[in-house]
Amino acid sequence: MLRRLKELRRYPTAIFGIAVIGLLVLISVYAMIALPYSEAIRLWRGGPGVWDENPRTAVPAWFDLFTRDKLPRTIVVSTADAGVKTVERLPDGRNRIQIMLPFNYPYEGRNGFPTEVTLFSEAVYEGTTRPRLSVQWKTPAGETLTLATNRPMRTSDTYYISQDSQLLTRFGTLPEVGLFSEAAVGVPAAQRTAVKGEYAVVVQADLPEGGDFNAKLVVYGRAHGLAGTDHRRRDIMVALLWGTPLALVFGLLAAVGSTLTTFILAGIGTWYGGKTDFIFQRITQVNMVIPTLPILIMVGQFYSRSLWLMLGIIIAMSIFSGAMVTYRAMFLQAKEAPYIEAARAYGASNFRTVFRYLLPRIVPVLLPNFVTVVPSFVFLEASLAVLGLGDPILPTWGKVIHDAQTQSALYKGLYYWVLQPAVLLMITGFAFAMVGFALDRVFNPRLRTV
Amino acid sequence: MKGNLFALARYTLLRAVMLGFAVVVALYLVVLIVNMGGHLDKVRRGEIRQAVAAAVTMIPENQLLPPSELNQMIERQTELQYRYYGLDQPFIWRSFRYLITALSLSLGRSENLTSDSGSRQVRNIILERLPSTLVLFGTSSLILFFTSLFAALALSRRYGSWADRLVVALAPTSSAPGWFYGIFLILIFAAVLRVLPWGGMVEAPPPKTTLGYALSLVRHMILPVAAMAAGGLLASIYARRTFFLIFSSEDYVDLAKAKGLSSRAIERRYILRPTLPTIITQFMFLIIGMWQGAVILEQVFVWPGIGSLTISAVNLSDTPMILGVNVIYAYLLALSLFILEFVYAIIDPRVRVGAGPQRRL
Repeated sequence: MLRRLKELRRYPTAIFGIAVIGLLVLISVYAMIALPYSEAIRLWRGGPGVWDENPRTAVPAWFDLFTRDKLPRTIVVSTADAGVKTVERLPDGRNRIQIMLPFNYPYEGRNGFPTEVTLFSEAVYEGTTRPRLSVQWKTPAGETLTLATNRPMRTSDTYYISQDSQLLTRFGTLPEVGLFSEAAVGVPAAQRTAVKGEYAVVVQADLPEGGDFNAKLVVYGRAHGLAGTDHRRRDIMVALLWGTPLALVFGLLAAVGSTLTTFILAGIGTWYGGKTDFIFQRITQVNMVIPTLPILIMVGQFYSRSLWLMLGIIIAMSIFSGAMVTYRAMFLQAKEAPYIEAARAYGASNFRTVFRYLLPRIVPVLLPNFVTVVPSFVFLEASLAVLGLGDPILPTWGKVIHDAQTQSALYKGLYYWVLQPAVLLMITGFAFAMVGFALDRVFNPRLRTV
Repeated sequence: MKGNLFALARYTLLRAVMLGFAVVVALYLVVLIVNMGGHLDKVRRGEIRQAVAAAVTMIPENQLLPPSELNQMIERQTELQYRYYGLDQPFIWRSFRYLITALSLSLGRSENLTSDSGSRQVRNIILERLPSTLVLFGTSSLILFFTSLFAALALSRRYGSWADRLVVALAPTSSAPGWFYGIFLILIFAAVLRVLPWGGMVEAPPPKTTLGYALSLVRHMILPVAAMAAGGLLASIYARRTFFLIFSSEDYVDLAKAKGLSSRAIERRYILRPTLPTIITQFMFLIIGMWQGAVILEQVFVWPGIGSLTISAVNLSDTPMILGVNVIYAYLLALSLFILEFVYAIIDPRVRVGAGPQRRL
């Protein structure tokens, strides 16, 4: 057995496959250490405050290598860092608080515009009337534009500058394009280029005595992180990293659960024959009629979409599958072998005969089979996710593809969104398949001699 | 002879009963799963009650009625609706009704789906979708089946050639399913190159002439067929090639070679003949498989076939529709399994029908 396994070294594809699987295992270990399970789920679920500072559908940062100008990154300025806060006492007892948020914008060119500009502010004050907020924009050329005056401010306020319809009409183009280009009238929006330099936002509010407020400006970029972000601002890297252990665990457990159980049950059924065999055969026939994928869809639709429940059902449904028929035929042959008769003659118990003599005989067929079915289960998980039946909380590769499909990422040209998880799925599938095909040749000598 | 015939009849009957039993049990399980073991009826009743209550209170004259009378009215109409949908009966009874309607192939009325022509008959809805599934999967399955068969024969003849080694090296790429390659193909040919359509079956609006319609159909079929080929062709060539190789290493093939028979004759008589049962089995299952289409591939390519019908039926928990699709598949499968037993006996003299437990398969 071990000697046979060593023969794998003669197959370069097998070595390559094993190396890739090893790498995937390393990535899984890294993912689990760097990002604990609960943390990964929290991040992937998102919600307020988790991904606020990420741009939507940003490309991976390494896209820079293929573009002429560097793609804009997200810039965050807040009172806590570069912001300058000045407080002035007004005659009526209120405080006039002015916050200046200066930032350097180093990007230029046609693609140098940010995707969104948003101003967050947090205020603490007593009283019932809402304080008024005014916002001004300072360009590198020294111009000052008033973005908003007398904007009623909530305690936790978000001013979506890019969605301000008044600015849209004023600039005649998207607010972020107007703000970051030389506002030369007459230049069509499509031909404008971003201007780099020192920008600043000045936020001012009059608050009752004892009140205070802080502001944060986020200029969302076009590129983010190693894997980009999705439509909900989530870093796709979380799903790419955590998808690895999930895919491996799912594929391996399903493969172990189904092939091994099928194998043992087929052995037992054939050995005892009679009623046991009859029942197993009937269950197999019933199971062959029940269509697996629709049943899984129904379970996902009506009961639960938990990855682990799906795993259980997939295993349960693939125990009595077509493989049962194949193994049974093999065991029927093996049962008649003389050494089995010898074992019975020396008085070996049924249990001993089955597990010590009958099952090991078919292991050479089992092992390559086992490795080759792993990819089919990995892809099955992705298939379910693509149908919208992915686990609701776990970040898997299939779910990233599903999100991309529902957001028509291909149509919008957001290829990175689909390609990254797809390539990972492909690498995983091919690696197991390569090892499986090589094992098949090693363990089935009839394939080698011909 | 008479005894033989009797044994054959007995065996045939036994097989038929067992397969029939499997079909009935499997379909009843499907009924139970689809209805969440009866729980879905409660949901349905609740929905009906709410709809009736809303409808009754919406009518202005009813709003003047005293509440007790209004409630009675709602109660009466809800009962009528329950009777209409058969919800006044216990689930056990309903579950058998579902089963019998399906098994008798009358298929009944769909609960939520309508065909494009407006019919609610499950049969009409299925018949409307069937041609599109058959045209895509029929063409592609047949092309793939025969391509792989002849390519495998050719490769087994040239064992070790560069083409053979290429197929062996590339066979693992078939571990990814067709829809997966579909996404890549859409990306390349629809999104980047913009030469082929994104999905669907024909252009919108459909071309008026038959020729234009056919051309449009072919254009829409290129990508799905290519996706299916990418997802399965190489692996099946590889598997068949190995299979043929095993059979061509038998002693009787060597003897035939020594006799000086032509390679064509050897192939036909000594390699294809003993592998025929397997090839026929695979072909049978291929034909059955066409019926179901491919759920995800149809979804990815927005193909209006049986696969996407299944998905919408499941999404709307439409029991008669799900059962309608399943029962036909179940019958086809059972029938094929039944027929195959005899086909084996006819084409393979080593197999004897009803020859006791030592039989292969």
